[in-house]
Amino acid sequence: MQNGQEPRKHTISVLVENKFGVLSRVAGLFSARGYNIESLSVGETLDAAVSRMTIVVRGDEFVIEQVMKQLHKLIDVIKVTDLTDDSHVERELVLIRVNAEPQHRAEILRVADIFRAKVVDVTGMSFVLEATGDEGKLEALIELIRPMGIQELVRTGKVAIARGPKTKARKTEPVKRPRVPEDPRVVGFAD
Amino acid sequence: MKMPGARMVLEALKREGVDVVFGLPGGAVLPIYDVLYDFEGLRHILVRQEAAAGHAAEGYARTTGKVGVCLVTSGPAATNLVTALQDAYMDSIPIVAFTGQVPTHLIGNDAFQEADNVGITRPCTKHNFLVKDGKDLGPIIREAFHLAATGRPGPVHVDLPKDVLVKEAEFLWPERIVLRSYNPTYDGHPGQIKRAARALVRSKRPVLYVGGGVISADANGELAELAELLQIPVTTTLMGLGAFPADHALSLGMLGMHGTYFANMAVHHSDVLVAIGARFDDRVTGKVDAFAPGAEIIHIDIDPSSISKNIKVHVPIVGDCRRVLRALVRAVREELGGAAPVPDARRAWHGQVDDWKRRFPLRYEWSDEVIKPQYVIEELSRLTGGDAWMVTGVGQHQMWTAQHYRFRSPRRWCTSGGLGTMGYGLPTAMGVQAADPSRLVVNVDGDGSFAMNSQELATCFTENLPVKTVIINNSGHGMVRQWQRIIYKERYCAIDLPGIPDWVKLAEAYGCVGLRVTRPSEVASAIEKMLSTPAPVVLDVCVDKDECVFPMVPAGGANTDMILAPPTREVRDKAARSQTGF
Ligand SMILES: Cc1ncc(C[n+]2csc(CCOP(=O)(O)OP(=O)(O)O)c2C)c(N)n1
Repeated sequence: MQNGQEPRKHTISVLVENKFGVLSRVAGLFSARGYNIESLSVGETLDAAVSRMTIVVRGDEFVIEQVMKQLHKLIDVIKVTDLTDDSHVERELVLIRVNAEPQHRAEILRVADIFRAKVVDVTGMSFVLEATGDEGKLEALIELIRPMGIQELVRTGKVAIARGPKTKARKTEPVKRPRVPEDPRVVGFAD
Repeated sequence: MKMPGARMVLEALKREGVDVVFGLPGGAVLPIYDVLYDFEGLRHILVRQEAAAGHAAEGYARTTGKVGVCLVTSGPAATNLVTALQDAYMDSIPIVAFTGQVPTHLIGNDAFQEADNVGITRPCTKHNFLVKDGKDLGPIIREAFHLAATGRPGPVHVDLPKDVLVKEAEFLWPERIVLRSYNPTYDGHPGQIKRAARALVRSKRPVLYVGGGVISADANGELAELAELLQIPVTTTLMGLGAFPADHALSLGMLGMHGTYFANMAVHHSDVLVAIGARFDDRVTGKVDAFAPGAEIIHIDIDPSSISKNIKVHVPIVGDCRRVLRALVRAVREELGGAAPVPDARRAWHGQVDDWKRRFPLRYEWSDEVIKPQYVIEELSRLTGGDAWMVTGVGQHQMWTAQHYRFRSPRRWCTSGGLGTMGYGLPTAMGVQAADPSRLVVNVDGDGSFAMNSQELATCFTENLPVKTVIINNSGHGMVRQWQRIIYKERYCAIDLPGIPDWVKLAEAYGCVGLRVTRPSEVASAIEKMLSTPAPVVLDVCVDKDECVFPMVPAGGANTDMILAPPTREVRDKAARSQTGF
């Protein structure tokens, strides 16, 4: 396909039936079509039968259009939304285990404080910090902590949610009511 | 009502109106075969290899418009079936495939004949299911048929663990299928349809480019109406053959890599190109940047993901081809008001197209000595009046059949378009024949392709499926030879199939009739003899092995770069220097 704009990161929110194999359907789609997934996170919604996936994927407008269409084509996918250009909030959680040399302990705690990170584990040798935020904040935190010696770092991948409307009340979950398909071939073989 | 899962499966098939199942038993599905033993109203056709069950289901589905069904056991049987599933997926053929699975408590234990069936078929089906509980069987099978047949049709796979088949459970059969996550769009957007109508009415050089979707949607009547109303030339893809009569004055035949000169030229020079139920496959477009460069492109398709996938579309219309075409014809009539449907400006276009047709028809060199394959297809077409149910293998013979058989109606043509599956011919022809014993079913096959599923002659014989196979026998993998000849400097490698087996003897060994013809003068009478034999026949036609399929668009080339005859040395040297061919 002809190239559109420069590739950039998109945050795509996908509502799926919480059924056996749904994660591998989504993951398989990305590998089969050669799309680059940067992160993927999954969790239940208010309705236990429905899960929400937040996928960060890089691509130009044509790639993203195809990603959206292909996702939508999966039978267990209920709704696909590209949040990138809509007003939305993105968050990620990171856990960092960092060396706690005596000469660095105060500095680490100071940085943690600035970033509102929590210290969730302390030993004589290390701290574990927990921080949430958008990508920029977490990258900045990691850069400041890095010189102290990061032992291990675990990130959840992004989750995202659209911001509330400024005026009218927004529809609430659970998702829209199922619609009966109109295809005449279907009704034909009802018992 | 309570019943064992195995009975539910057959009961569900009956309720879905299935009359034929293609299958091969084994441990995991024996409970189903035990119920089948005295189950009324369902014909089971025992194939000799599982892929054949899948292809037969495809042939049945493509020619009847109903969902084809196959049933095989676990492990190796399921993996044998995979090729047919991918084949049906790429060509949007509605089938439901049942596989056996080890009992649920053994899944994941590397049990005997276990394979991760749903893991394997996930990327080559429209959807798949692992049934874990008997009470889900009815609803899942109902859903499987619904998914296979609606929207963009395709294969659906249902994996059946043995314990689910054995245990009794309540048989549930939902009246309707309601899926909040699956609601195909059938009616096109009225605004877009209006835009399309306006573009067509204004257009000076329109072309309709028609794919298999028109056949799936049974939209050939609406297509003819649109074409005739505005006098628009029609070209079809390999999968679209039969959607528009080959003998119609507006027919351009097939486009693409081995399409006609005039179809490719007309598309290239068009100002409005309407793609209907087609997907801009690379074998159709050639080099995409050079495809229909001056055209406003209108794309009608039920699958939104087909639109703007390979080619940027200006007027996308998502919907069922039939409904959209009907609305489009109405919109065109409105747009015309009292105006003449064919403005003078478009007459020049018709003149141009006729000129291309006259100057560069499909042609080949006649020989009195050696049989030319194109001639065999011409004779087949003449002697069957273009009305046989035609099936092919994959290779040169497939392209010659597509080019030279004069298709008159839809749903009489089965070929492996998207996947190009050698071995597709005979089993698919069996499925076509099983749908109706009175049909004249002709499988034009290659000696290479036929060998990949020739064991199914046994099925033809025992199940009384009088399929006529014509082997275009060039003693080799002709299409590969053609590429090596034209692109790889005649460094022929791994393409010879030197005269074995003796196809006549092989046919006879399977209880079928074998015939052979070696001289051009005997071709017509041999075909007549084959057609009048009320049994499965193999007609071995020994043809010129040097014959190539032309026109040919070199892979990666533009459609206007097509070559019409064996290329000169310079062209070949240039081809050999590039990586992709030309
Ligand atoms: C299963 C499979 N294997 C390999 C190929 C690659 N291939 C395409 S055409 C062809 C040769 C076909 O030979 P034959 O069936 O004799 O037909 P011909 O071209 O000679 O008419 C081959 C090997 C294929 N399409 N399918």
